[in-house]
Amino acid sequence: MGETAGVNELAITVIGHDRPGIVADVAEVLGGLGANLTDSTMTRLRGHFAWTLVCNGPEADAVSQALEPLTADGRLLATVRAVTPEEDEADAGEPHLVSVHGADRLGIVAAVTREVAAAGGNITDLTTRLAGLLYVLVAEVSLPAGAAAGLSERLAAAAKELDVEITLRRAESDLL
Amino acid sequence: MTLGDWTPDTLGTGRVLPVVSAPEPVLSRVGAEVDPADPDVVRLAADLIATMRVSPGCVGLAAPQVGVSAQVFCVDVTGHPKAGTVHGVFALCNAKIVEASRWRPGREGCMSVPDLTGDVKRAGRVVVEAALPGTGEPVRLVTDAFEARALQHEIDHCAGLLFLDRVVGPHAIYQRKVYL
Repeated sequence: MGETAGVNELAITVIGHDRPGIVADVAEVLGGLGANLTDSTMTRLRGHFAWTLVCNGPEADAVSQALEPLTADGRLLATVRAVTPEEDEADAGEPHLVSVHGADRLGIVAAVTREVAAAGGNITDLTTRLAGLLYVLVAEVSLPAGAAAGLSERLAAAAKELDVEITLRRAESDLL
Repeated sequence: MTLGDWTPDTLGTGRVLPVVSAPEPVLSRVGAEVDPADPDVVRLAADLIATMRVSPGCVGLAAPQVGVSAQVFCVDVTGHPKAGTVHGVFALCNAKIVEASRWRPGREGCMSVPDLTGDVKRAGRVVVEAALPGTGEPVRLVTDAFEARALQHEIDHCAGLLFLDRVVGPHAIYQRKVYL
């Protein structure tokens, strides 16, 4: 560490039983090791705490060790691994939104996202929720130019097959 | 062409009907155009108002939500803090949005999607053309703010669309219940 801090990029996941203070506890541990918390996303998945984050700084082993007291009772799981920094490339695709809702059944996510992949689309953001009998998927996908019309047709066929509703729309982003 | 002195009393007393929830297929079907003078349509409008009135926080209800695939709905945003123009309680048939402007996002819920809410971009000012149930008289409604949002939400129901079809992104749906 010390002078080498900042050269390691770490991918960390923290998931498990929710309680007040998990984010503060984890951030404090990282801060104490000189780790710089960069991109992260946290939500609750069916009541479970779930945080995925990337940070720069110390060695993965040092972070794992420092997080151990938080996971000692077995209710929280933390994983830490070094990753190779990704090139920060501007996305050349066209941003679209896919919304899916319908009766929950096996294979909805697989069938819909397979169509997106087959069209050369890359999923850049995704949320799924099960609420009672209702299954909902909303994804932001980056599509190659001109791919939307064909994908729209294939998604309509998939919707019929799965007996769900699927819409594909261009994502709006107003530059101000 | 305006609501004028139309009141829901002209529809008679409605029955309170059960409200269906997604994924009920009727919610995703395009509602049929109706004859606004048809006694069944008049009764449906009265039923929608009666059901809306007994449902806490409900500011609008469309026919598909009570299991009828038809272009009829009611709205009442009276007293809502986000309301601007308010036309009171009214029901419309075969409504169409003919002008829409001042688009802005806002969070919506729906009696037919009880566990989720979502951010949806809607016009803050709309002009809606429709027919009044009973007389069949054509009406042109100009409104804004929350009443405009409610109208768009109900007109979507009549077209087989839910707010889930319009949420602004993957992080724009929220769980109302905590699953613990």
